[in-house]
Amino acid sequence: MTRVAILGAGPAGLAAAEAALAAGAQVTVLDEGARPGGQFWRHRPGLTDPRMQHGVRRFEQLQSALAGAEVHSGAAVWSVEPGEPGEPGEVGGAVVLRAAVGPADGARREAVVVEADALVIATGAHDLALPIPGWTLPGVTTAGAAQALAKRDGVSVGRRTLVAGAGPFLLPVAQSLALVGSTVVGVHEASRIGALAGGWLPKPWQLLGKAGELAQYAGALARHRIPYRVGSGVVRVLGDERVEGAVVAQLDADWRPRPGTERVIECDAVALGHGFVPRLEAAIMLGCEVAGDRRGRFVVVDDGQRTTRPQVFAAGEVTGIGGADAALAEGAIAGYRAAGVAQDDQRLHAALRVRDRMRRFARRLETAHGIRPGWTAWLDDDTIVCRCEAVAKRAIVERAEVPLRAMRLATRAGLGPCQARTCGRAVEAIVSEARASAAGVAAAGETVDGSSSSAQGGDVGFDRRPLLAPVRLGELGGSDRPTNGEN
Amino acid sequence: MSAARNARGSIRSTGATGLTAVPAAVEILVEGETVTGRAGQTIAGVLLGSGRVAWRGAQHGERGVFCGIGVCHDCLVTVNDVEGVRACQREAVDGDRVEREVRE
Ligand SMILES: Cc1cc2nc3c(=O)[nH]c(=O)nc-3n(C[C@H](O)[C@H](O)[C@H](O)COP(=O)(O)OP(=O)(O)OC[C@H]3O[C@@H](n4cnc5c(N)ncnc54)[C@H](O)[C@@H]3O)c2cc1C
Ligand code: FES
Repeated sequence: MTRVAILGAGPAGLAAAEAALAAGAQVTVLDEGARPGGQFWRHRPGLTDPRMQHGVRRFEQLQSALAGAEVHSGAAVWSVEPGEPGEPGEVGGAVVLRAAVGPADGARREAVVVEADALVIATGAHDLALPIPGWTLPGVTTAGAAQALAKRDGVSVGRRTLVAGAGPFLLPVAQSLALVGSTVVGVHEASRIGALAGGWLPKPWQLLGKAGELAQYAGALARHRIPYRVGSGVVRVLGDERVEGAVVAQLDADWRPRPGTERVIECDAVALGHGFVPRLEAAIMLGCEVAGDRRGRFVVVDDGQRTTRPQVFAAGEVTGIGGADAALAEGAIAGYRAAGVAQDDQRLHAALRVRDRMRRFARRLETAHGIRPGWTAWLDDDTIVCRCEAVAKRAIVERAEVPLRAMRLATRAGLGPCQARTCGRAVEAIVSEARASAAGVAAAGETVDGSSSSAQGGDVGFDRRPLLAPVRLGELGGSDRPTNGEN
Repeated sequence: MSAARNARGSIRSTGATGLTAVPAAVEILVEGETVTGRAGQTIAGVLLGSGRVAWRGAQHGERGVFCGIGVCHDCLVTVNDVEGVRACQREAVDGDRVEREVRE
């Protein structure tokens, strides 16, 4: 029987598990979350408001399918490697995963090792919040944090929240905040009508396909009297010990603030979501090809969700930002293929159709809401870019000419506990802008230290990490101090 | 919060919020002070629910939750003498002793 391991139990991983089980595979699912569901399903009956959760019935189906699998929740997978060939007459594992299983960051978690013949990487994405002067003040969170805290914990960070960034995700965040009792003082979408119209229609919720869900959010905005502004963004967060207000300004088509349009809005929380960053480190550790440009790098997959490494598949936001429906479709395809089902098998048909439609959706999403290079104009020289190590923009610009690795060591940007997950994309953008202006050319679409081309262990910017998840040295066989693999 | 404590695990319709069951309470000690949250909440959820927004010292002021999903490490606390626990990832358990950390 084919042993399929699935890393990540969000929509993509769960759909992969369901498909692989249906195809007769022996399935093991690992996720560091306390329970399956990923970033999408986190409702807690009795604890949080059910109106925030979509697709509950589908989740219940997926959960009951999981009964046939070995599921490790609270499993921080810190390593994935190609397996050893088996003894003669024995099947060797294509991959080996190592996890610490137990309460998050606990001192004495159980070591779990999983060997499998095929792996589905479904590690999802995290928010991309661009640095803004004042963004380290308590009360500033990512939009995803506001969403997670509302859906999972039933709380909001503030009483008056300003939501800002880009993309349709800001709408459910505003709705959730209203449902947990925060006033939402405004939703500020950086993209302008022109870009939105190019990507789809003047208002994101008029988008075909997603229309139902998005129209519902539009209704919620109206009901809660939440102002929605396009071509607008937060350019400074104000406050002494915590957020007391924010400066919003009109942004031009490149997201450069328009002088003279600044206005102060009183609030005690700011939720920022300028996009998402895929969690690529597992794919990079295995040597899977990753490609893209400064607008985004993703795991390269073929029509059957196969990566460039044998028996390694990828699905969901790691392969492109397309939302939960895309993740579900890709997961199903990956699960069937990992279990050995042929690409032209009719069980894949429906999922292939949905995936292709959602890929078009993702392209329009990027056209309409993708990050524009002018955002760096709202930074001051002393704005902290790397939150962990408190590295200001100035220090990064001063060393923009040296190779990225040397710049990191000199400034410590991206070397703190988050391992550049939070600041990586912003640092890359600042470096490439500084290099371009030094070279006297406009920043094209290329990434730093490389080009817009793909790379096999080559240009992965800040995304290569020695450990996939934080573990204590004791769990690797040493003392029990926490480590992130460097220092 | 007190309603939750009085009605441990009982079912009640609150209409306004759409919640039907009042979950059991969870009590943790934050810097020695008893803080009550709802069972199932993360430590970050309990801290925010009690009105706290920041609980870790950093170079330029305090930090609390930033990413909410275990990525940024802004929210680190010491739990039952174990350092470096992400408050947004760890579910609160009755009796947990939570202390602030400083990382400069
Ligand atoms: C904070 C946040 C909140 C979001 N909320 C919503 C929402 O409410 N509605 C919506 O439509 N979209 C939401 N999104 C967008 C969301 O990413 C997608 O809609 C969808 O969840 C993507 O599915 P996925 O399966 O690709 O990834 P995810 O759902 O992100 O699942 C990936 C899983 O992999 C696990 N994982 C990653 N690395 C490791 C590791 N090393 N070890 C163990 N486990 C690991 C993670 O714990 C996670 O559970 C949110 C995104 C974020 C970042
Ligand atoms: S808030 Fe980012 S790790 Fe907890």
